Amino acid sequence: MTNEPNRLRPPNPAVANAAAATEQRPTVPVSASAAISTRELSVFFGNDQVLKKVSLEVPAKAVTAIIGPSGCGKSTFLRALNRMHDLVPNARVEGKIQLFGQDIFAPQIEPVQIRRRIGMVFQKSNPFPTMSIAENVTVGLRLNGLRNRASLTERMEQALVMSALWDEVKDRLDAPAVSLSGGQQQRLCIARALAVQPEVLLMDEPASALDPLATARIEDLILELKKDYTIIIVTHNMQQAARISNDTAFLYLGELVEFGPTSKLFTRPLKKRTEDYVTGRFG
Amino acid sequence: MDTANHRRRKLINNLMQALTCICALCVVAPLFLVFYHVLKSGLSSVNWAFFTQLPKPVGEPGGGVANAIVGTFELLALASVIGVPIGVLGGIFLSEYGSLGWNWWIRFGADVLNGVPSIIWGMVVYALVVLPTKRFSAFAGGIVLGMMMIPLIMRTTEEVLRLVPVGYREAALALGIAQWRAILQIVVRTALKGIVTGVLLALARVAGETAPLLFTAFGNRFWNHHLADPIAALPLQIFSYAISPYEDWNKQAWAGALVLLMFVAIINVSVRLLTRDRFSAKS
Amino acid sequence: MDAVAEKLTLAQKREFSTGAVGDRLFKWLALVMSLTVFVLIALIGYELAHGSSLALRKFGWQFLTSSDWDPVNEQFGAFPFIFGTLVSSIIALVIAVPLSIATAVFLTEIAPPRFRQILTTFIELLAAVPSVILGLWGIFIMVPWLREHLFPWLRKSLGFLPLFKGPIYGVSMLAGGIMIAIMVVPIMTSVSREILRSVPGLQREAAYALGATRWEVIRIAVLSYARKGLFGAIILSLGRALGETMAVTMVIGNRPQIAASLFAPGYTLASVVANEFTEATTDTHLSALFELGLVLLGVTVLVNALAQILLKTFAGPQTKPQN
Repeated sequence: MTNEPNRLRPPNPAVANAAAATEQRPTVPVSASAAISTRELSVFFGNDQVLKKVSLEVPAKAVTAIIGPSGCGKSTFLRALNRMHDLVPNARVEGKIQLFGQDIFAPQIEPVQIRRRIGMVFQKSNPFPTMSIAENVTVGLRLNGLRNRASLTERMEQALVMSALWDEVKDRLDAPAVSLSGGQQQRLCIARALAVQPEVLLMDEPASALDPLATARIEDLILELKKDYTIIIVTHNMQQAARISNDTAFLYLGELVEFGPTSKLFTRPLKKRTEDYVTGRFG
Repeated sequence: MDTANHRRRKLINNLMQALTCICALCVVAPLFLVFYHVLKSGLSSVNWAFFTQLPKPVGEPGGGVANAIVGTFELLALASVIGVPIGVLGGIFLSEYGSLGWNWWIRFGADVLNGVPSIIWGMVVYALVVLPTKRFSAFAGGIVLGMMMIPLIMRTTEEVLRLVPVGYREAALALGIAQWRAILQIVVRTALKGIVTGVLLALARVAGETAPLLFTAFGNRFWNHHLADPIAALPLQIFSYAISPYEDWNKQAWAGALVLLMFVAIINVSVRLLTRDRFSAKS
Repeated sequence: MDAVAEKLTLAQKREFSTGAVGDRLFKWLALVMSLTVFVLIALIGYELAHGSSLALRKFGWQFLTSSDWDPVNEQFGAFPFIFGTLVSSIIALVIAVPLSIATAVFLTEIAPPRFRQILTTFIELLAAVPSVILGLWGIFIMVPWLREHLFPWLRKSLGFLPLFKGPIYGVSMLAGGIMIAIMVVPIMTSVSREILRSVPGLQREAAYALGATRWEVIRIAVLSYARKGLFGAIILSLGRALGETMAVTMVIGNRPQIAASLFAPGYTLASVVANEFTEATTDTHLSALFELGLVLLGVTVLVNALAQILLKTFAGPQTKPQN
């Protein structure tokens, strides 16, 4: 799991070009209240502190990338946002996380509610093997009590269209989910997450297990989705971050080193450590 | 947020979790019930005479099961002579020498043997040993118990040996030690604790077997003086006392059960304590 | 080569040759020992077939369908025992399967880590209790309780079903089934646990991330994924149930009859062999008992083989256990 092997001294031209291209795109106006904001977020596994007081504000309806070397806490940060660490016995989360202004750790809030509003796509696609394609997409809806066959079908179609999978599966919706290829399965997982219409979509290295063609399709998908969804994507691929994200956060050893518009971070980073990383001097 | 749906799901969630807990308690309840009753009814009948005297004739109160206790140990000793060498060496073969296809068949065979009802073993050894020799004997009892131990010990030995890191074997062979010496003096010695616990568990298992002894060892109300004579065993004695109509004998059945249960429980508990480091990783 | 070097190479050669000889001998010895498995299987098959040859010739297929077990008149039919074995085993599974799977779910998904080890130890201890001790407890504690409390209640509330009609003795097919259930639950629970633990954590996470409650995660991501393996566990437990002898003999009543009521006494293949083997006076009687053993062996081996196949083909990837 290495970064792009660019060992050039000045800012990587490939990365910088992609970042510049993003800069030329008209910027999406960011809503006044951030979609997700964390304040001094720390995560401990036993005595190990994996995240150290990370504070950042993720703008709504945009793509925010989290980059950094292996083990820097990117996935840990992502999983804190939908309270997945609640499931780990020796994990401890400190600090504040707000979802559209609402504290997700408030005593009356249950993780189930948060996870309903924040969707997650994992590094390795994980469709439910005993369910068909259609059943996988609608499982979240059915859990939430939607029984009406017509509504389920409609929402399912919407989700599959949004995840650019509809054309490929519309004739075999009852086929087992595991009969799809790796890239298709990942898009199915995206459809599954989208079907419940979350407010935020978390993606943990969604394309790292896929071939370049499938990766490109996922990236195109993300660019489409950001019109309607807030997306936070963890990636070890800096070019990917540069291609698709509006803002980028650079984490190193559990600390937030720098956070800013993607183009700026890659061409004129403020911190030396950021510059070292994006130019490939380490990582 | 559909709170009615959410409330229902929460209710079902709590209900089902409570249900599984109740089931778990139901599953362990018989253990406590049995222990309680064996202790209660057994302790009152256990006295010094119980351990030292032979059974008294019908109608006379008192007497003991000394011959049965000694008999059980004798049978276990005989069984070990057969079961331990064959089982351990067979397990060594499976772990150190066998080829993939061969091993599969042997393991399959061992599993088949483990599934053979104990009474069938008794019938087989009856035909094999008792009929030709025209007598019930301690030999026959030892043989049947030993045969039952073979597949048990073979599998546990193999499993334990597999846990020894390959590096140990390689290091030994690289020193120029002959393979058989390397296996015995290094691999087996490393795994000795595990092998011994496997043997102990197998012993505890066959110590409680009654069915196969019904027509091999047959039981004996007196001391056994020759291995070619019938011999008393604790489970046999418990059985005949339990189904008898005499209350005094029934009481002694409880006492015998107490002795046998303690024997089996102590072995099992000490084995678990000894291997706790190995097992604590899996809970 | 000088003297020392010569001595060294000679010593090495000796070691090498004894090593090589030792290797061959040892390997051969270990091989032979492992082959005893097949020897034993062949022995079992042969002795049972040989022992039952008389009865096989005399009664043929009728043996399996006839209900006439009459040692005095030398008429032997196995049907009541086949019936008894099957019915008591099925009762046991009906009771044990839901309890065991629920317990396995509790142990792998729900229980706090501290309790898991203790509970697991208790269940393994239950598995270690000898059959005859359970039978003793069965005769003097369980059966009277059934006779005085559970069975009358069952007859009162479910008596419209033919299963729960008729006189109550205590010793009965139902008591036998319950006893077998108690004995089968530990193995079923432990195998189910292994199967549930092999379900990949990623599956659970996918369900949690969708906002599922813990029970929904278990239902969607764990139990349905593990379906095939759990079925294998059920078949394995059936194999175990079929062969139980002592505890069943002590509580089932030992009467060779076919009855609709679960309160009626029954008789299993293993029980009749245990009871009559040493009393069998005629060759035919003994041979008939051997044939019963053959039937029992055949059914048990088939069921166990089926279970092994199911369990081994349930591809549970050996990922890190979830908790």
